[in-house]
Amino acid sequence: MGNERVKSSRRKFLKSAATIAGSAIGFNLLGSSRYLVFAAEPKEEALPWYGIVIDIEKCIGCGKCAKSCKIENDVPQEPFFFRTWVEQYTVENNGSVDIISPNGGIDGFEQQVPDEEVFKSFFVPKMCNHCSKSPCTQVCPVGATFESPEGITLIDEKYCIGCRYCVQACPYGCRFIHPVKKVANKCTLCYHRLKKGLDPVCMEVCPTGARMYGNLRDKDSKIVKFLKEHTTHVLRPNLNTGSKLYYNALSMEVR
Amino acid sequence: MNFFIPPQLKRLVLAFAIFISAFLIIRHFLVPETFGQYGFYRGASLEETAQTPVMYAGQEACFTCHQDIEDLKQQDVHSEVRCETCHGPGQKHSENGDTTLLENPVSRESCGMCHSKNVAKKKEAIFQINLKEHYIDKKCIDCHNHHQPWVMKE
Repeated sequence: MGNERVKSSRRKFLKSAATIAGSAIGFNLLGSSRYLVFAAEPKEEALPWYGIVIDIEKCIGCGKCAKSCKIENDVPQEPFFFRTWVEQYTVENNGSVDIISPNGGIDGFEQQVPDEEVFKSFFVPKMCNHCSKSPCTQVCPVGATFESPEGITLIDEKYCIGCRYCVQACPYGCRFIHPVKKVANKCTLCYHRLKKGLDPVCMEVCPTGARMYGNLRDKDSKIVKFLKEHTTHVLRPNLNTGSKLYYNALSMEVR
Repeated sequence: MNFFIPPQLKRLVLAFAIFISAFLIIRHFLVPETFGQYGFYRGASLEETAQTPVMYAGQEACFTCHQDIEDLKQQDVHSEVRCETCHGPGQKHSENGDTTLLENPVSRESCGMCHSKNVAKKKEAIFQINLKEHYIDKKCIDCHNHHQPWVMKE
């Protein structure tokens, strides 16, 4: 007891601290920590990294995208649940902004404000942005929503517990709770169609080609060319979601 | 061991070891097998999501039988509009052509979904017509050929 014990235990403490620190550094350097720390990293460079472009100047608000998405993906027809929907923004001459989305745009849009009072008006189709740093995957407590290796944010319906945290976390409002299945649901970029070599339904039926998608890694793809030639924006860039849905001619009124 | 380990510490380490190993054993049985395969999720759900049945066949499937319509459509302004935009989901019909026929949208409202006049539609994006004034007693297809709209019937 006394001085000797203090000196010897200090040396032992320093030895054991150095051993622990050294082994922690060594463990991380060797890379075996990836088996303990789960992170979404693109595993193979050969897979596509999907992005989406919506051209607001081409959207005519026909609502075919919203209608066909509901049919393809077994979404109930009530006007509360949409994987994709169209909004109409009308900026009047007095500066007020009206935003309408009657049944998601499925039944089309009736012009509400007479021509002479309108300063500008446009349609904005919305869908899941398939963010690369998506808030919804961060908040899921069980790992039921995730970014696939192709960059598509998907939901594991068997694993979701229906806590609704992701619905709250998404800043774009594109998630909902399926009334029958009672779990979260959202646009999957028609993952089941992409795997068969087909286009997502909203892109397939859009009559003007306002919706485009493609491989962001492929320099020759239509979407990469479009992004180079046009000025595009994402919704809510200040939230740093890494959104991969780029809008052409996005106006500042769009929320 | 020439330094003194208190008995409480020994008991505490033992208790921790028992609880941690029990946790790891139970976790081994509860966590699904493919979890962590690609990231913090069940890897098998990718395959399950891909199994969803397809309702829209895509334009190429229509042309395998209806090539004549495709040739008509290519000559006029509806060339970029795909079949299922107006005719609806076609997968069942492409699998069995006789059983499920597709809808034929012939009403003014169905043409009007795209072509009705709205200040939000850009004139460069689509040709618009005021459906409240333009030949209100007729259907669109009475005069217009639906696959070749500028080839008039009369």
